[in-house]
Amino acid sequence: MLDYNNPNFVLMVEGLTVSFDGFKAVNDLSFYVEPNECRVIIGPNGAGKTTVLDLICGRTKATAGAVAFKGHDLLKMREDQIVHAGVGRKFQTPSVYEDLSVFANLELSYPKGHGVFGALFFRRDQAVRERIEEIAEMIFLKDHLAQKAAFLSHGQKQWLEIGMLLIQDPELLMLDEPVAGMSVAERKKTAELLNRIIADRSVIVIEHDMGFVEDIATRVTVLHQGKVLSEGSMDRVQNDPKVIEVYLGH
Amino acid sequence: MFSDYSMSELTAIFAMQGFAGLILFSVFVLMALGLAIIFGQMGVINMAHGEFMILGAYVTYLLSNFFEAYLPALFSIYFFIAMALAFVVSGALGMFVEWAMIRHLYKRPLDTLLATWGLSLILQQVYRSVFGAREVGVTIPDWMIGSLPLTDMIEIPINGIFVMVLAVGISVAVYVMMYRSRWGQQVRAINNNRVMADAVGINTAWTDRMTFAIGCGVAGVAGSAFTMIGSTGPTAGQLYIVDTFLVVVFGGAGSLLGTIASAFSISQAQSILEFFLSGSMAKVLTLLTVVGILMLRPQGLFAMKLRK
Amino acid sequence: MINPFTHKYMNGREALGFAILAAIIFVLFPLVLEPFRLNLFGKYLTYAFVAVGLVLCWGVGGILSLGQGVFFGLGGYCMAMFLKLEASSPENTAIQSTPGIPDFMDWNQLTALPWWWEPFNSFAFTIFAVVAVPVVFAFVIGVAMFRRRVGGVYFAIITQAIAAILTILIIGQQGFTGGVNGITDLRTLHGWDIRTDEAKTTLYFVNGVLLFAVLFAAQFVRKSKLGRLLIAMRDQEDRVRFSGYDVANFKIFVFCLGAAFAAIGGAMFTLQVGFMSPSFVGIVPSIEMVIFAAVGGRLSILGAVYGTLLVNWAKTTFSESFPELWLLGLGALFIAVVMAFPNGLAGVWAEQVAPRLRKLWPGNAAAPENTPAE
Repeated sequence: MLDYNNPNFVLMVEGLTVSFDGFKAVNDLSFYVEPNECRVIIGPNGAGKTTVLDLICGRTKATAGAVAFKGHDLLKMREDQIVHAGVGRKFQTPSVYEDLSVFANLELSYPKGHGVFGALFFRRDQAVRERIEEIAEMIFLKDHLAQKAAFLSHGQKQWLEIGMLLIQDPELLMLDEPVAGMSVAERKKTAELLNRIIADRSVIVIEHDMGFVEDIATRVTVLHQGKVLSEGSMDRVQNDPKVIEVYLGH
Repeated sequence: MFSDYSMSELTAIFAMQGFAGLILFSVFVLMALGLAIIFGQMGVINMAHGEFMILGAYVTYLLSNFFEAYLPALFSIYFFIAMALAFVVSGALGMFVEWAMIRHLYKRPLDTLLATWGLSLILQQVYRSVFGAREVGVTIPDWMIGSLPLTDMIEIPINGIFVMVLAVGISVAVYVMMYRSRWGQQVRAINNNRVMADAVGINTAWTDRMTFAIGCGVAGVAGSAFTMIGSTGPTAGQLYIVDTFLVVVFGGAGSLLGTIASAFSISQAQSILEFFLSGSMAKVLTLLTVVGILMLRPQGLFAMKLRK
Repeated sequence: MINPFTHKYMNGREALGFAILAAIIFVLFPLVLEPFRLNLFGKYLTYAFVAVGLVLCWGVGGILSLGQGVFFGLGGYCMAMFLKLEASSPENTAIQSTPGIPDFMDWNQLTALPWWWEPFNSFAFTIFAVVAVPVVFAFVIGVAMFRRRVGGVYFAIITQAIAAILTILIIGQQGFTGGVNGITDLRTLHGWDIRTDEAKTTLYFVNGVLLFAVLFAAQFVRKSKLGRLLIAMRDQEDRVRFSGYDVANFKIFVFCLGAAFAAIGGAMFTLQVGFMSPSFVGIVPSIEMVIFAAVGGRLSILGAVYGTLLVNWAKTTFSESFPELWLLGLGALFIAVVMAFPNGLAGVWAEQVAPRLRKLWPGNAAAPENTPAE
C-alpha cells in the first residue's frame, strides 16, 4: 500500500495505467520525485509522456494505479483541486488567453478569488499589482503588460504561460516541451529562466532537446510504450543499451 | 390499466403499437441519417435539415401531379423517379449552401447553427410563396394503398411497410458509403485530422462539399418517403428538427449504429407510451428521458473513449 | 499608453453610452411615442433583458443557450398566475360552475385550484418566484450539463429540446396552464387596473428602471474578474481549469444570471402586455432572442438593447405592411449577422462610425484609438 505521507518524495506514481479502448497508453508506470528535484521525461513519440502529465494533473482519468502528492490522492481530485494542492501544468502548445492583456492573463492566474463570488468581488490591490510586476519582470514581459496576448511572439507566449504558473507558486511544476518552437536566443533565455525557477521546487519536464535536458535534469526517466525503460542520471541513461536501441541511437 | 383488456386484445395492442413504433422508427432513421452524416462526420449543425426534407417532399408532390397529368401510364412507378429527383435537387441545394455559407463557418459551429436557422426561415417562406401555406398531399399509387392482415386483429398498412423497407435500404446504402467506400474513408480521415488529410492529398474542400450535399440529398429522399404517410406544409420541417437532433446526439455523434439504435429506442418508447398517455405527454416523457440520459451520458449511447 | 493597473467598472465612454440610452428610453420615447406605441416599445424592451443575459452567456462566456424563452416564459407565467388569480375572484367568476378559479380551469372541468397555484395568491411570493423558479431550473440544468462538461453545440441542442418539451407540456396541460392560448384576460395588480394608458405608461418606466438595474449588473459582471474569466474560459477552458478554477461553477453562475434577467423581462412582459402564452417559450422565440443579441453585437451589453429594439421595430413595421417579406428578411438577417457582421451593430459602430465621428471633431483628431485589451 502506498504511504501517501512519505516525506522523502513530493510525488509518488505507482502502477499508473490508462487504457483507451483497450490500448494502454500508459502501462503500470511507477516513478518517484524527490523535493527540489528536476525530473526530465524523454521518450519517442507516442511513448505516453504527455499522457502521464495529463493523468497526474487530472485531465485524463486513470484506469488503475495511484498518484500521491504531499498526502493527497490526486486520482480522486478535480483539476482545480489538484492546482490548489500545489501542482502547476504547462501545456505543449502555449495556451494563454489571447483576447486578454498580459496583465489580465497573470491576474487570472493569481491564487486569490477562485470562487464565483471571490472572482466577482475581486479587487486589484497593491499586493496583486506588485506580484504581477515581479513575475512579469522574471519572464521578460514587463514592458508588454498592457498588450493583448494574441500579439506576443510564440516564445513570449511560452514565457507568459510559465509566468502564469509561477504566480501560483506551485510546489510541483510540470512543463511539456517548454522550449519547443523557440529561436536559439529565446531558448537560451528560457533555460536561464527555468534554472532560476526550478531552484526551490520540484519540476517534471518533457523535452526532446538533449542539450537542454543535460543542462537542467537532476534525473531522467525514459518512457517507451507507456512503460519506464530506464531511469537515472543523464550519463547512466545515455549509456543504457536499451535506451540507445529505441531512442538515442536513431 | 391492463385489467380492462383481455389477453389477446393486449397482445394485439402491443403488436399494433409496436408496429406503429416501427413506422415511427423508420421515419426517425430516415430523418436522422442525413444529419448523422452532416453532424456526425462534419460536426456541422444544419438547422435547415428539416427544410431539405420538405424540399424532397415538394419535389415528390410536383412529380406526382406531373405524372398524373401527362404520364398516367407510368404513374405506378413515379415514386421511384421522385425519390431519385429529390436526392438530386436537395443535394444540389446542399452543395450550393455549402459553397455559399457553410465552408466559411467550419471553425464556428455555433454560428453555423444561427446561419442555417436563417436559411431555414428563408426556405420556409419560399415554400409558402410557391406552394401556398396549406399542406399538400400526393396521390399514392394504388398498389401502396390498403393493408396486409396478419391475424384477424392485427393489420399492417402497406405504405408503412414501404417506408420501413426504404429506411433499411437507405441505411445500408449510407453504411456502405461511409464505411466501405474510398469516399467514406476520406470523410472520416478529414473528421479525424483535417490538416493531415489535406497533406496526404485529399481534396478536403471538395469532400466537404460532397459530404454536405449527400447528407442533404438523403434528407430529400426522407422527405420524399414521408409523402407516402402524411402531407407536407411549409413549416413541417421545423417540427422534425429537435427530434432529429436528439436522435443523432442520443446515439452518439459519428456512430451510424448508435443513430439507428437510438431511433429505435426513442420511437418504441414514444409509441408505446402514446397508447397509455395523451400524445403530448408521451412525447414530453420520451424527450425528458432522452435529455435526462444525455445529461448522465453526454457522449451518447455509442461513443469511443479517445485519447485527448 | 494605457495604464493596465487602473481598473474601473465603467470608463467615460461607457458612461456616456449608458447616459444616451437612458435619454432615449426615459425621455425621447415617452415624448415622441403615443401611448400605444410606447407600450409596444416597452414590450420590445422586455426582450432586451433576455438579450443582455445572452451577451454575458454567449458573447462573453461562449455558452449558447437556445432555451432562453423557457426562463422568459417561466418568469412571465409566475406573474401571470398571480394576476389571473386576482382577476378570478369569486365575484368576477360567479357564472362559472366553480367560481373563484381561473376560467380556463373551469372550462377544463377542474373543480379546485391545484395546490401549486395556491402560493401565487401572495404578491410577495410571486415576486420571489418570478426570479427563483427560473433560476432554480437553470441551476439544475447547469449543474447537470456543466458538471459533466457538456458544452458548445450539445448544450445548444439540449436547451432547445428543453424549450420544446416545456412548450408541449404547457400546451398539453390545458387545465393547469391555459394551454395554447396561455393565461389571458389579466386585469388588475392589487386593484390597480393595468389596462389603462396611464398604467401602461407607468409600467413602461418601471420596466426601464429595471432594465437599467440589469444593465448595471451586467456591466459590473463584465468588468469584474469574473467577466475576464468568462472570456478566458470561452477561449482556453483547459488553461482556466489548470489555473485552479472550477469552470463549471462559473458557467452555472452566468447561466443562472442570464435566466434571472430573462425572467424579470418575462414578468414585465406579462404586466405590460396583459397575457402570457407558450408562443414565447418555444424554440422559435428562443432563437429569435439570440438574434437580438447578435444584431446588437454579441459582446456589447448596450448593443443588445439597440439590437432588440431595431429587430422588433423592423418586425412590426414589415409584418404590418409586407408580412411575406418579414421571414425572408429575418432569415437574411441571421445569415448576414453571422457571415458579415459577427460583432453586430456595436462592431459597425466601433470600426466604422466612431473613427469617422472622431475625425469630424477637430480637437480629438490626434487622440489615438485606445481600445484597451481586457
